[in-house]
Amino acid sequence: MQQKAPEIADVTGSPPLAPDAVRAKPVGAPLVRMEQVDKVYANGVQALRRFDLAVGEHEFVSLLGPSGCGKSTALRLIAGLGPVSAGRVVWPEAQGRAMRPRDDIGFVFQEPTLMPWATVWSNVYLPLRLEGIGKTDAGPRVAAALALVGLGGTEHAYPRELSGGMKMRVSIARALVTEPRVLLMDEPFAALDEITRFRLNDDLLRLWQSHSWTVVFVTHSVFESVYLSNRIVVMAASPGPAVGEVRIDAPYPRDEAFRTSQPYNQYCREVQARLHAAMDS
Amino acid sequence: MASSLSERSADTARATGTARPRLSRAERFERIVRIAAPLAIGCLALAAWEAIVALYAIPHYILPGPSLVLRSLIDDWGTLFPSLLVTLQITLMALCVATIGGVALAILFTTSKWIELSFFPFAVILQVTPIISIAPLILIYVDNVYLALLICAWIVAFFPILANTTLGLRSADHNLVDLFQLYGANRWQMLWHLRLPSAMPYFLGGLKIAGGLSLIGAIVAEFAAGTAGAGSGLAYRILEAGYRLNIPRMFAAVILISITGIIIFMAFSLLSHLVLRRWHESAVRRER
Repeated sequence: MQQKAPEIADVTGSPPLAPDAVRAKPVGAPLVRMEQVDKVYANGVQALRRFDLAVGEHEFVSLLGPSGCGKSTALRLIAGLGPVSAGRVVWPEAQGRAMRPRDDIGFVFQEPTLMPWATVWSNVYLPLRLEGIGKTDAGPRVAAALALVGLGGTEHAYPRELSGGMKMRVSIARALVTEPRVLLMDEPFAALDEITRFRLNDDLLRLWQSHSWTVVFVTHSVFESVYLSNRIVVMAASPGPAVGEVRIDAPYPRDEAFRTSQPYNQYCREVQARLHAAMDS
Repeated sequence: MASSLSERSADTARATGTARPRLSRAERFERIVRIAAPLAIGCLALAAWEAIVALYAIPHYILPGPSLVLRSLIDDWGTLFPSLLVTLQITLMALCVATIGGVALAILFTTSKWIELSFFPFAVILQVTPIISIAPLILIYVDNVYLALLICAWIVAFFPILANTTLGLRSADHNLVDLFQLYGANRWQMLWHLRLPSAMPYFLGGLKIAGGLSLIGAIVAEFAAGTAGAGSGLAYRILEAGYRLNIPRMFAAVILISITGIIIFMAFSLLSHLVLRRWHESAVRRER
């Protein structure tokens, strides 16, 4: 469904959507499932308890919850960073082949997490280098990843020479360089100013639509999650099963007009209410 | 990804704008003062020293004036310079061994907590026991005097490199460690591409300290070896000149040792700057 841009779009100056803009692919079968997952850290802190989550192929899922609710932990467990204490994380074979975590998962941290001693190029090259791919072979892939995030021409810059938004773009380019099927993002834009965050949100959505990735996006922002996702999973303040789930049926592509529309506000209210319930639980 | 041009162009300018900014008048003045002020104080002190020696007619075997020290430095160059080379050789050799040993042990420490727990206390013991008290023992048990001197200088220089590098190897960004794990990095890759670069600023800081300490270690060991030693280092020259009441030569030798220390320090500061200048906060000029 092509979204009708209301008049307000002209006021904000958003470009009109092309009628044949790339559509998001329909959500497919589950690509990854968390089944009754418990996570207790070595210091005794319980981060997750009997947590279930299924993420469909091409889906954009946001994990939303108050800080300390275990959303980052869930994301890290999906990425295979650390063992689960109970339950399991399953990757059903998708599209006839098993997942290869090394290639198929891209992870974006809250901080850009770049190597300060390496140039932008070397930072993006890192995943390929660790795989043993030579610089010459990696060249076109690194260039392509940088071009995707709009950073062509900054290859020789060092991270400290970049703004916060650009560092985050480098971080995203690094996650994309292996051409992953799943993008795991841990509050990637939380530390950015609002203007930069909106721009990166738009860019991320555009990339997601054209590349049909699966995205699991951790955030504490109701507005961001509504703007981006197919589906929002609201997590409880104390570890336990997710307390709510909101499907955002607004069509893609979404833009500034959606951000100011009536349905958007209604979704935000609904998610907000779920979040309040989660905090009280 | 069609990012806005304004953000891009401004940031790209920052990213690629490596042109040296023109110094303001105040900055140029500060630069001159930074060199001129200590130089002026030094000259004043030397002039005062010379004046006092001349005014009170102090005999040169009690306190020689700076001019006499300088003359002695030139006249005795034939004996002092070879001694300087000997001391320098011991210093640099000790530093070299300390660097290799310190870094290797630090890497070993990070691979196993048990190794660190077992060995680190002994490294501390070596460090806190004054070298002047161990040197005579080492000289007794090690027949080769050169080797004994080397061991003494090494003991002093070793610890800062070990301690700093160990700290540095441990201080790699935890998220980056996770990222490396996610991409299936093996231990070697983790060490080479992540831990060693992370440790670099710490290591270079340790090296700067160790450079000065290895010189001190070498001199102290030469003193302990005394005239019984190989008898050719700068400390030996100081002892020898002392017995002969050749005070100007003692001063000349001390000056040579100081200059050597300064050069070592400056060389490692320069090295540190060159390695870190593009990325580490300590070496990057702040834009105001």
